[in-house]
Amino acid sequence: MAAQPSVREVLLNPILNNNPIGLQILGICSALAVTSNLKTALVMSIALTLVTGCSSMFISMIRSQIPSSIRMIVQMVIIASLVIVVDQLLKAFAFSLSKQLSVFVGLIITNCIVMGRAEAFAMQNPPLLSFYDGIGNGLGYSVMLIVLGVIRELFGAGKLLGMTIIPTVNDGGWYIANGLLLLPPSAFFLIGLIIWGLRTYKKDQVEQPAYRLAPQVSDKEAH
Amino acid sequence: MSSQKESVVRTLAVALSVCLVCSIFVAGAAVALRPIQVENRQLDKQRSILAIAGIGDSDLSGREVKELFGQRIVARLVDLKTGKFSDAFDPKTFDAAASAKDPKLSQVLPGEQDIASIKRREQYSVVYMVETNGKLDTLILPIRGYGLWSTLYGFLAVKGDLDTIVGLGFYQHGETPGLGGEVDNPKWRALWVNKKLFAEQGNLAVQIVKGNVDPQSPKAVHQVDGLAGATLTSNGVNNLLHFWLGENGFGPFIAKLRAGEA
Repeated sequence: MAAQPSVREVLLNPILNNNPIGLQILGICSALAVTSNLKTALVMSIALTLVTGCSSMFISMIRSQIPSSIRMIVQMVIIASLVIVVDQLLKAFAFSLSKQLSVFVGLIITNCIVMGRAEAFAMQNPPLLSFYDGIGNGLGYSVMLIVLGVIRELFGAGKLLGMTIIPTVNDGGWYIANGLLLLPPSAFFLIGLIIWGLRTYKKDQVEQPAYRLAPQVSDKEAH
Repeated sequence: MSSQKESVVRTLAVALSVCLVCSIFVAGAAVALRPIQVENRQLDKQRSILAIAGIGDSDLSGREVKELFGQRIVARLVDLKTGKFSDAFDPKTFDAAASAKDPKLSQVLPGEQDIASIKRREQYSVVYMVETNGKLDTLILPIRGYGLWSTLYGFLAVKGDLDTIVGLGFYQHGETPGLGGEVDNPKWRALWVNKKLFAEQGNLAVQIVKGNVDPQSPKAVHQVDGLAGATLTSNGVNNLLHFWLGENGFGPFIAKLRAGEA
Protein backbone atom coordinates (compact mmCIF):
# COMPACT_ATOMS: atom_id res chain seq x y z
CA MET A 1 0.00 0.00 0.00
CA ALA A 2 1.21 3.49 -0.82
CA ALA A 3 2.22 5.87 1.93
CA GLN A 4 -0.73 7.42 3.71
CA PRO A 5 -1.61 10.92 2.58
CA SER A 6 -1.22 13.67 5.16
CA VAL A 7 -4.17 15.28 6.92
CA ARG A 8 -3.42 18.56 5.18
CA GLU A 9 -3.53 16.87 1.81
CA VAL A 10 -6.85 15.08 2.34
CA LEU A 11 -8.43 18.23 3.74
CA LEU A 12 -7.26 20.78 1.19
CA ASN A 13 -6.76 18.81 -2.03
CA PRO A 14 -10.47 18.43 -2.81
CA ILE A 15 -10.99 22.19 -2.73
CA LEU A 16 -9.09 23.11 -5.90
CA ASN A 17 -6.95 20.22 -7.10
CA ASN A 18 -9.51 17.49 -6.89
CA ASN A 19 -12.83 19.27 -6.52
CA PRO A 20 -15.71 16.77 -6.38
CA ILE A 21 -17.89 18.92 -8.64
CA GLY A 22 -15.17 20.55 -10.73
CA LEU A 23 -13.00 17.53 -11.52
CA GLN A 24 -14.93 14.44 -10.53
CA ILE A 25 -18.26 15.92 -11.78
CA LEU A 26 -20.14 14.41 -8.85
CA GLY A 27 -23.07 15.86 -6.93
CA ILE A 28 -24.24 18.04 -9.82
CA CYS A 29 -27.93 17.36 -9.18
CA SER A 30 -28.08 19.02 -5.78
CA ALA A 31 -25.69 21.75 -6.93
CA LEU A 32 -28.35 22.79 -9.45
CA ALA A 33 -31.24 22.45 -7.08
CA VAL A 34 -30.26 24.23 -3.89
CA THR A 35 -28.09 27.12 -5.10
CA SER A 36 -30.79 29.57 -6.16
CA ASN A 37 -30.11 31.34 -2.90
CA LEU A 38 -27.09 31.42 -0.66
CA LYS A 39 -28.83 30.39 2.56
CA THR A 40 -30.01 27.02 1.31
CA ALA A 41 -26.64 26.48 -0.36
CA LEU A 42 -24.91 27.06 2.96
CA VAL A 43 -27.16 24.72 4.92
CA MET A 44 -26.85 22.04 2.25
CA SER A 45 -23.06 22.44 2.36
CA ILE A 46 -22.92 22.01 6.10
CA ALA A 47 -25.28 19.03 6.01
CA LEU A 48 -23.36 17.29 3.25
CA THR A 49 -19.95 17.98 4.80
CA LEU A 50 -21.08 16.53 8.12
CA VAL A 51 -22.67 13.49 6.52
CA THR A 52 -19.64 12.77 4.34
CA GLY A 53 -17.22 13.18 7.23
CA CYS A 54 -19.20 11.05 9.69
CA SER A 55 -20.16 8.34 7.22
CA SER A 56 -16.54 7.97 6.08
CA MET A 57 -15.45 7.72 9.70
CA PHE A 58 -18.02 5.09 10.69
CA ILE A 59 -17.46 3.05 7.55
CA SER A 60 -13.72 3.18 8.08
CA MET A 61 -14.18 2.01 11.69
CA ILE A 62 -15.86 -1.20 10.62
CA ARG A 63 -14.07 -1.54 7.26
CA SER A 64 -12.23 -4.69 8.29
CA GLN A 65 -15.50 -6.30 9.39
CA ILE A 66 -17.53 -5.59 6.28
CA PRO A 67 -17.77 -8.61 3.97
CA SER A 68 -17.11 -7.44 0.42
CA SER A 69 -20.29 -9.04 -0.90
CA ILE A 70 -22.51 -6.61 1.05
CA ARG A 71 -20.02 -3.76 1.22
CA MET A 72 -22.10 -1.25 -0.73
CA ILE A 73 -25.33 -1.92 1.06
CA VAL A 74 -23.66 -1.54 4.45
CA GLN A 75 -22.24 1.82 3.34
CA MET A 76 -25.67 2.80 2.14
CA VAL A 77 -27.34 1.91 5.44
CA ILE A 78 -24.86 4.00 7.40
CA ILE A 79 -25.16 6.97 5.02
CA ALA A 80 -28.95 6.79 4.98
CA SER A 81 -29.14 6.69 8.79
CA LEU A 82 -26.95 9.76 9.09
CA VAL A 83 -28.96 11.65 6.49
CA ILE A 84 -32.23 10.88 8.27
CA VAL A 85 -30.78 12.14 11.53
CA VAL A 86 -29.57 15.35 9.86
CA ASP A 87 -33.02 15.84 8.31
CA GLN A 88 -34.69 15.33 11.68
CA LEU A 89 -32.31 17.78 13.33
CA LEU A 90 -33.03 20.41 10.68
CA LYS A 91 -36.78 19.93 11.11
CA ALA A 92 -36.40 20.44 14.84
CA PHE A 93 -33.96 23.33 14.95
CA ALA A 94 -34.09 25.09 11.57
CA PHE A 95 -37.67 24.57 10.53
CA SER A 96 -38.03 27.25 7.87
CA LEU A 97 -34.79 26.19 6.20
CA SER A 98 -35.77 22.56 6.20
CA LYS A 99 -38.97 23.60 4.45
CA GLN A 100 -36.97 25.26 1.69
CA LEU A 101 -34.54 22.38 1.29
CA SER A 102 -37.46 19.91 1.32
CA VAL A 103 -36.42 16.73 -0.46
CA PHE A 104 -32.83 17.69 -1.11
CA VAL A 105 -31.58 16.83 2.35
CA GLY A 106 -33.04 13.37 1.89
CA LEU A 107 -31.32 13.18 -1.46
CA ILE A 108 -27.89 13.51 0.14
CA ILE A 109 -28.21 9.73 0.38
CA THR A 110 -27.94 9.48 -3.37
CA ASN A 111 -25.23 12.13 -3.64
CA CYS A 112 -22.35 10.39 -5.36
CA ILE A 113 -19.77 12.28 -3.31
CA VAL A 114 -20.72 10.52 -0.06
CA MET A 115 -20.79 7.05 -1.56
CA GLY A 116 -17.73 7.80 -3.69
CA ARG A 117 -15.59 8.76 -0.72
CA ALA A 118 -16.78 5.74 1.25
CA GLU A 119 -15.81 3.38 -1.57
CA ALA A 120 -12.64 5.14 -2.69
CA PHE A 121 -11.12 6.25 0.58
CA ALA A 122 -12.80 5.09 3.77
CA MET A 123 -12.59 1.39 2.88
CA GLN A 124 -8.76 1.58 2.80
CA ASN A 125 -7.86 4.21 5.38
CA PRO A 126 -8.08 4.63 9.17
CA PRO A 127 -11.13 6.35 10.70
CA LEU A 128 -9.67 9.73 11.59
CA LEU A 129 -8.04 10.23 8.21
CA SER A 130 -11.27 9.12 6.51
CA PHE A 131 -13.17 11.65 8.56
CA TYR A 132 -10.84 14.42 7.35
CA ASP A 133 -11.14 13.17 3.79
CA GLY A 134 -14.93 13.34 4.04
CA ILE A 135 -14.80 16.83 5.50
CA GLY A 136 -12.33 17.90 2.81
CA ASN A 137 -14.55 16.68 0.00
CA GLY A 138 -17.53 18.27 1.69
CA LEU A 139 -15.59 21.53 1.73
CA GLY A 140 -14.79 21.17 -1.97
CA TYR A 141 -18.49 20.72 -2.64
CA SER A 142 -19.31 23.62 -0.33
CA VAL A 143 -16.92 26.02 -2.08
CA MET A 144 -18.61 25.29 -5.40
CA LEU A 145 -22.11 25.61 -3.92
CA ILE A 146 -21.29 28.90 -2.24
CA VAL A 147 -19.82 30.38 -5.42
CA LEU A 148 -22.93 29.32 -7.33
CA GLY A 149 -25.23 30.56 -4.58
CA VAL A 150 -23.56 33.98 -4.46
CA ILE A 151 -23.68 34.47 -8.24
CA ARG A 152 -27.24 33.20 -8.61
CA GLU A 153 -28.77 35.07 -5.69
CA LEU A 154 -26.87 38.31 -6.33
CA PHE A 155 -27.61 38.60 -10.03
CA GLY A 156 -30.88 36.68 -10.04
CA ALA A 157 -32.58 38.43 -7.15
CA GLY A 158 -30.23 41.29 -6.23
CA LYS A 159 -29.83 39.91 -2.74
CA LEU A 160 -27.39 38.02 -0.57
CA LEU A 161 -28.68 35.92 2.33
CA GLY A 162 -32.02 37.66 1.81
CA MET A 163 -30.58 41.16 2.25
CA THR A 164 -30.92 43.52 -0.68
CA ILE A 165 -27.58 44.37 -2.29
CA ILE A 166 -28.76 45.61 -5.68
CA PRO A 167 -32.32 46.99 -5.52
CA THR A 168 -34.35 45.32 -8.27
CA VAL A 169 -37.06 46.91 -10.39
CA ASN A 170 -39.69 44.75 -8.66
CA ASP A 171 -38.76 46.36 -5.35
CA GLY A 172 -38.61 49.87 -6.76
CA GLY A 173 -34.88 49.90 -7.62
CA TRP A 174 -33.08 50.01 -10.95
CA TYR A 175 -31.70 46.49 -11.45
CA ILE A 176 -33.59 44.24 -13.84
CA ALA A 177 -32.98 40.85 -12.27
CA ASN A 178 -31.86 38.00 -14.50
CA GLY A 179 -34.63 35.46 -13.98
CA LEU A 180 -32.70 32.71 -15.76
CA LEU A 181 -30.17 32.64 -12.93
CA LEU A 182 -32.90 31.52 -10.56
CA LEU A 183 -33.75 28.50 -12.66
CA PRO A 184 -31.74 25.29 -12.29
CA PRO A 185 -30.24 25.24 -15.83
CA SER A 186 -28.28 28.41 -15.09
CA ALA A 187 -26.20 26.45 -12.58
CA PHE A 188 -25.23 24.15 -15.45
CA PHE A 189 -23.83 27.08 -17.42
CA LEU A 190 -22.06 28.44 -14.36
CA ILE A 191 -20.54 25.08 -13.42
CA GLY A 192 -19.39 24.70 -17.01
CA LEU A 193 -17.72 28.09 -16.95
CA ILE A 194 -16.09 27.36 -13.58
CA ILE A 195 -14.74 24.03 -14.83
CA TRP A 196 -13.37 25.80 -17.92
CA GLY A 197 -11.66 28.38 -15.74
CA LEU A 198 -10.32 25.72 -13.38
CA ARG A 199 -8.86 23.66 -16.20
CA THR A 200 -7.30 26.67 -17.86
CA TYR A 201 -5.60 27.47 -14.55
CA LYS A 202 -4.69 23.88 -13.73
CA LYS A 203 -3.85 22.24 -17.04
CA ASP A 204 -3.36 18.77 -15.54
CA GLN A 205 -7.12 18.51 -14.92
CA VAL A 206 -7.85 18.46 -18.66
CA GLU A 207 -9.04 14.99 -19.64
CA GLN A 208 -7.61 13.09 -22.57
CA PRO A 209 -10.33 12.64 -25.17
CA ALA A 210 -11.70 9.11 -25.03
CA TYR A 211 -11.54 8.78 -28.81
CA ARG A 212 -10.96 10.96 -31.83
CA LEU A 213 -13.14 11.17 -34.91
CA ALA A 214 -11.28 9.56 -37.77
CA PRO A 215 -11.34 11.37 -41.10
CA GLN A 216 -14.00 10.02 -43.40
CA VAL A 217 -12.57 7.44 -45.74
CA SER A 218 -15.46 6.20 -47.83
CA ASP A 219 -18.71 7.69 -49.06
CA LYS A 220 -20.71 4.58 -48.26
CA GLU A 221 -20.23 4.74 -44.55
CA ALA A 222 -21.65 8.18 -44.34
CA HIS A 223 -25.17 6.82 -44.88
CA MET B 1 -8.93 -14.35 7.62
CA SER B 2 -10.53 -13.32 4.37
CA SER B 3 -12.37 -16.62 3.85
CA GLN B 4 -13.74 -16.38 7.37
CA LYS B 5 -14.83 -12.79 6.72
CA GLU B 6 -16.78 -13.82 3.63
CA SER B 7 -18.73 -16.73 5.17
CA VAL B 8 -22.53 -16.62 4.97
CA VAL B 9 -23.04 -16.60 8.72
CA ARG B 10 -20.64 -13.77 9.18
CA THR B 11 -22.17 -11.75 6.36
CA LEU B 12 -25.59 -12.13 7.93
CA ALA B 13 -24.26 -11.24 11.35
CA VAL B 14 -22.59 -8.06 10.09
CA ALA B 15 -25.69 -7.04 8.10
CA LEU B 16 -27.93 -7.64 11.08
CA SER B 17 -25.81 -5.77 13.58
CA VAL B 18 -25.28 -2.79 11.27
CA CYS B 19 -29.04 -2.58 10.69
CA LEU B 20 -29.76 -2.90 14.39
CA VAL B 21 -27.35 -0.17 15.44
CA CYS B 22 -28.53 2.15 12.67
CA SER B 23 -32.21 1.63 13.36
CA ILE B 24 -31.77 2.34 17.07
CA PHE B 25 -29.85 5.49 16.15
CA VAL B 26 -32.48 6.70 13.66
CA ALA B 27 -35.46 5.78 15.81
CA GLY B 28 -33.88 7.45 18.82
CA ALA B 29 -33.36 10.71 16.95
CA ALA B 30 -36.86 10.65 15.44
CA VAL B 31 -38.60 10.00 18.76
CA ALA B 32 -36.50 12.45 20.75
CA LEU B 33 -36.98 15.29 18.27
CA ARG B 34 -40.66 14.71 17.46
CA PRO B 35 -42.16 17.04 20.10
CA ILE B 36 -39.97 19.94 18.93
CA GLN B 37 -40.89 19.29 15.31
CA VAL B 38 -44.62 19.15 15.96
CA GLU B 39 -44.42 22.40 17.87
CA ASN B 40 -42.43 24.01 15.06
CA ARG B 41 -45.03 23.05 12.51
CA GLN B 42 -47.87 24.39 14.64
CA LEU B 43 -46.01 27.58 15.42
CA ASP B 44 -45.25 28.13 11.76
CA LYS B 45 -48.93 27.86 10.88
CA GLN B 46 -50.04 30.11 13.73
CA ARG B 47 -47.41 32.65 12.80
CA SER B 48 -48.64 32.82 9.21
CA ILE B 49 -52.28 33.08 10.32
CA LEU B 50 -51.41 36.05 12.51
CA ALA B 51 -49.35 37.67 9.75
CA ILE B 52 -52.10 37.25 7.16
CA ALA B 53 -54.76 38.58 9.52
CA GLY B 54 -52.50 41.58 10.13
CA ILE B 55 -52.13 41.01 13.87
CA GLY B 56 -48.82 41.76 15.56
CA ASP B 57 -45.37 42.30 14.04
CA SER B 58 -43.59 39.98 11.67
CA ASP B 59 -40.74 39.24 14.09
CA LEU B 60 -42.67 37.87 17.04
CA SER B 61 -40.93 35.29 19.19
CA GLY B 62 -42.38 31.82 19.46
CA ARG B 63 -43.95 32.50 22.84
CA GLU B 64 -45.51 35.77 21.68
CA VAL B 65 -47.05 34.03 18.68
CA LYS B 66 -48.64 31.41 20.90
CA GLU B 67 -49.93 33.97 23.36
CA LEU B 68 -51.39 36.27 20.72
CA PHE B 69 -52.91 33.37 18.82
CA GLY B 70 -54.59 32.06 21.96
CA GLN B 71 -55.97 35.47 22.87
CA ARG B 72 -57.22 36.70 19.53
CA ILE B 73 -58.00 33.79 17.25
CA VAL B 74 -60.90 31.36 17.52
CA ALA B 75 -60.81 28.16 15.47
CA ARG B 76 -64.13 26.75 14.25
CA LEU B 77 -64.93 23.60 12.32
CA VAL B 78 -66.99 24.09 9.16
CA ASP B 79 -68.90 21.48 7.20
CA LEU B 80 -68.14 22.45 3.61
CA LYS B 81 -71.16 20.59 2.25
CA THR B 82 -73.81 22.29 4.34
CA GLY B 83 -71.84 25.49 4.84
CA LYS B 84 -72.56 25.44 8.57
CA PHE B 85 -70.42 25.26 11.65
CA SER B 86 -70.02 21.77 12.95
CA ASP B 87 -69.06 20.13 16.23
CA ALA B 88 -68.08 16.80 14.73
CA PHE B 89 -64.46 17.26 15.78
CA ASP B 90 -62.49 19.53 18.05
CA PRO B 91 -61.07 22.25 15.76
CA LYS B 92 -58.00 22.64 17.97
CA THR B 93 -56.85 19.10 17.32
CA PHE B 94 -58.53 18.37 13.99
CA ASP B 95 -55.98 17.79 11.24
CA ALA B 96 -57.62 19.16 8.09
CA ALA B 97 -54.62 18.30 5.92
CA ALA B 98 -54.77 14.64 6.94
CA SER B 99 -58.54 14.48 6.57
CA ALA B 100 -58.27 15.65 2.95
CA LYS B 101 -56.54 12.32 2.25
CA ASP B 102 -58.95 10.20 4.30
CA PRO B 103 -61.53 8.57 2.00
CA LYS B 104 -64.13 8.74 4.78
CA LEU B 105 -63.71 12.45 5.34
CA SER B 106 -63.13 13.66 1.80
CA GLN B 107 -64.46 13.26 -1.70
CA VAL B 108 -62.86 13.04 -5.11
CA LEU B 109 -63.48 16.13 -7.20
CA PRO B 110 -64.52 15.55 -10.79
CA GLY B 111 -62.06 17.10 -13.28
CA GLU B 112 -64.16 20.05 -14.39
CA GLN B 113 -64.83 21.14 -10.79
CA ASP B 114 -61.26 20.68 -9.69
CA ILE B 115 -59.93 24.00 -10.98
CA ALA B 116 -57.37 24.22 -8.19
CA SER B 117 -56.04 20.70 -9.01
CA ILE B 118 -56.32 19.42 -5.46
CA LYS B 119 -57.94 16.08 -6.45
CA ARG B 120 -59.73 15.49 -3.14
CA ARG B 121 -61.61 17.93 -0.97
CA GLU B 122 -62.16 17.40 2.72
CA GLN B 123 -65.66 17.50 4.19
CA TYR B 124 -64.64 19.46 7.26
CA SER B 125 -62.31 22.40 7.30
CA VAL B 126 -61.05 24.59 10.11
CA VAL B 127 -61.54 28.33 9.73
CA TYR B 128 -60.13 30.95 12.07
CA MET B 129 -61.95 34.03 13.27
CA VAL B 130 -61.03 37.21 15.03
CA GLU B 131 -63.96 38.58 17.00
CA THR B 132 -64.41 41.85 18.83
CA ASN B 133 -67.34 42.03 21.26
CA GLY B 134 -68.93 38.98 19.69
CA LYS B 135 -68.88 40.51 16.21
CA LEU B 136 -66.85 38.93 13.42
CA ASP B 137 -63.86 41.11 12.69
CA THR B 138 -61.74 38.96 10.43
CA LEU B 139 -62.41 35.57 8.88
CA ILE B 140 -59.39 33.49 7.92
CA LEU B 141 -59.94 30.68 5.41
CA PRO B 142 -57.42 27.96 4.61
CA ILE B 143 -56.79 27.71 0.86
CA ARG B 144 -54.63 25.51 -1.29
CA GLY B 145 -54.07 24.67 -4.93
CA TYR B 146 -51.54 23.84 -7.58
CA GLY B 147 -49.21 26.49 -8.99
CA LEU B 148 -46.44 25.61 -11.41
CA TRP B 149 -44.46 22.95 -9.55
CA SER B 150 -46.18 22.51 -6.27
CA THR B 151 -49.30 22.81 -4.19
CA LEU B 152 -49.45 26.17 -2.45
CA TYR B 153 -50.88 26.12 1.08
CA GLY B 154 -52.03 29.36 2.56
CA PHE B 155 -54.72 31.51 4.09
CA LEU B 156 -57.06 34.22 2.90
CA ALA B 157 -58.22 36.74 5.47
CA VAL B 158 -61.33 38.84 4.83
CA LYS B 159 -63.02 41.53 6.88
CA GLY B 160 -66.32 41.08 8.73
CA ASP B 161 -68.21 42.23 5.61
CA LEU B 162 -66.99 38.98 3.98
CA ASP B 163 -65.94 40.97 0.94
CA THR B 164 -62.85 43.06 1.66
CA ILE B 165 -59.50 41.26 1.70
CA VAL B 166 -57.29 41.75 4.75
CA GLY B 167 -54.47 39.60 3.50
CA LEU B 168 -53.44 36.62 1.44
CA GLY B 169 -50.39 34.50 2.03
CA PHE B 170 -48.87 31.07 1.64
CA TYR B 171 -46.99 29.22 4.34
CA GLN B 172 -45.88 26.32 2.22
CA HIS B 173 -45.05 26.04 -1.46
CA GLY B 174 -42.29 24.91 -3.79
CA GLU B 175 -42.47 27.55 -6.50
CA THR B 176 -39.28 28.88 -8.11
CA PRO B 177 -37.58 31.36 -5.79
CA GLY B 178 -37.55 34.80 -7.39
CA LEU B 179 -40.29 33.97 -9.90
CA GLY B 180 -43.31 32.06 -8.62
CA GLY B 181 -41.77 32.24 -5.17
CA GLU B 182 -42.54 35.96 -5.26
CA VAL B 183 -45.99 35.04 -3.89
CA ASP B 184 -44.16 35.59 -0.60
CA ASN B 185 -43.01 39.07 -1.60
CA PRO B 186 -44.51 41.58 0.89
CA LYS B 187 -44.94 44.09 -1.96
CA TRP B 188 -47.11 41.70 -3.93
CA ARG B 189 -49.03 40.60 -0.87
CA ALA B 190 -49.75 44.24 -0.08
CA LEU B 191 -51.54 44.55 -3.44
CA TRP B 192 -54.29 42.28 -2.14
CA VAL B 193 -55.22 44.40 0.84
CA ASN B 194 -58.62 46.09 0.52
CA LYS B 195 -59.48 44.41 -2.76
CA LYS B 196 -63.11 43.26 -2.98
CA LEU B 197 -63.97 39.61 -3.57
CA PHE B 198 -67.48 39.98 -4.96
CA ALA B 199 -69.10 42.22 -7.56
CA GLU B 200 -72.34 44.01 -6.76
CA GLN B 201 -74.54 41.16 -7.95
CA GLY B 202 -72.71 38.86 -5.56
CA ASN B 203 -70.67 37.16 -8.27
CA LEU B 204 -67.09 36.24 -7.54
CA ALA B 205 -65.04 38.96 -9.21
CA VAL B 206 -61.58 38.88 -7.65
CA GLN B 207 -58.93 38.00 -10.22
CA ILE B 208 -55.27 38.20 -11.09
CA VAL B 209 -54.58 39.96 -14.38
CA LYS B 210 -51.49 39.61 -16.52
CA GLY B 211 -49.33 42.71 -16.32
CA ASN B 212 -50.52 45.74 -14.40
CA VAL B 213 -54.04 46.61 -13.31
CA ASP B 214 -55.46 49.68 -15.00
CA PRO B 215 -56.41 51.90 -12.05
CA GLN B 216 -59.08 53.67 -14.15
CA SER B 217 -60.96 50.45 -14.85
CA PRO B 218 -64.14 49.92 -12.82
CA LYS B 219 -62.91 46.39 -12.16
CA ALA B 220 -59.65 47.59 -10.60
CA VAL B 221 -61.03 47.11 -7.11
CA HIS B 222 -61.24 43.36 -7.78
CA GLN B 223 -57.97 42.97 -9.69
CA VAL B 224 -54.40 42.26 -8.67
CA ASP B 225 -51.25 42.43 -10.84
CA GLY B 226 -49.92 39.07 -11.98
CA LEU B 227 -46.40 38.09 -10.97
CA ALA B 228 -43.85 39.02 -13.63
CA GLY B 229 -42.27 35.89 -15.08
CA ALA B 230 -44.63 33.58 -13.23
CA THR B 231 -47.80 33.36 -15.27
CA LEU B 232 -48.53 29.77 -14.29
CA THR B 233 -48.13 30.43 -10.58
CA SER B 234 -50.36 33.51 -10.94
CA ASN B 235 -52.96 31.42 -12.75
CA GLY B 236 -52.70 28.83 -10.01
CA VAL B 237 -53.36 31.40 -7.28
CA ASN B 238 -56.26 32.79 -9.29
CA ASN B 239 -57.73 29.30 -9.74
CA LEU B 240 -57.36 28.29 -6.13
CA LEU B 241 -59.04 31.48 -4.97
CA HIS B 242 -61.93 30.84 -7.32
CA PHE B 243 -62.17 27.25 -6.16
CA TRP B 244 -62.18 27.98 -2.43
CA LEU B 245 -64.52 30.94 -2.72
CA GLY B 246 -66.81 29.06 -5.09
CA GLU B 247 -69.59 26.47 -4.79
CA ASN B 248 -67.23 23.59 -3.93
CA GLY B 249 -65.18 25.54 -1.45
CA PHE B 250 -66.34 28.00 1.16
CA GLY B 251 -69.06 29.51 -1.07
CA PRO B 252 -71.98 27.93 0.83
CA PHE B 253 -70.37 28.78 4.16
CA ILE B 254 -69.87 32.43 3.22
CA ALA B 255 -73.49 32.65 2.02
CA LYS B 256 -74.78 31.12 5.27
CA LEU B 257 -72.53 33.30 7.36
CA ARG B 258 -73.75 36.41 5.57
CA ALA B 259 -77.38 35.38 6.11
CA GLY B 260 -76.59 34.68 9.76
CA GLU B 261 -77.51 31.00 9.42
CA ALA B 262 -74.14 29.39 9.87
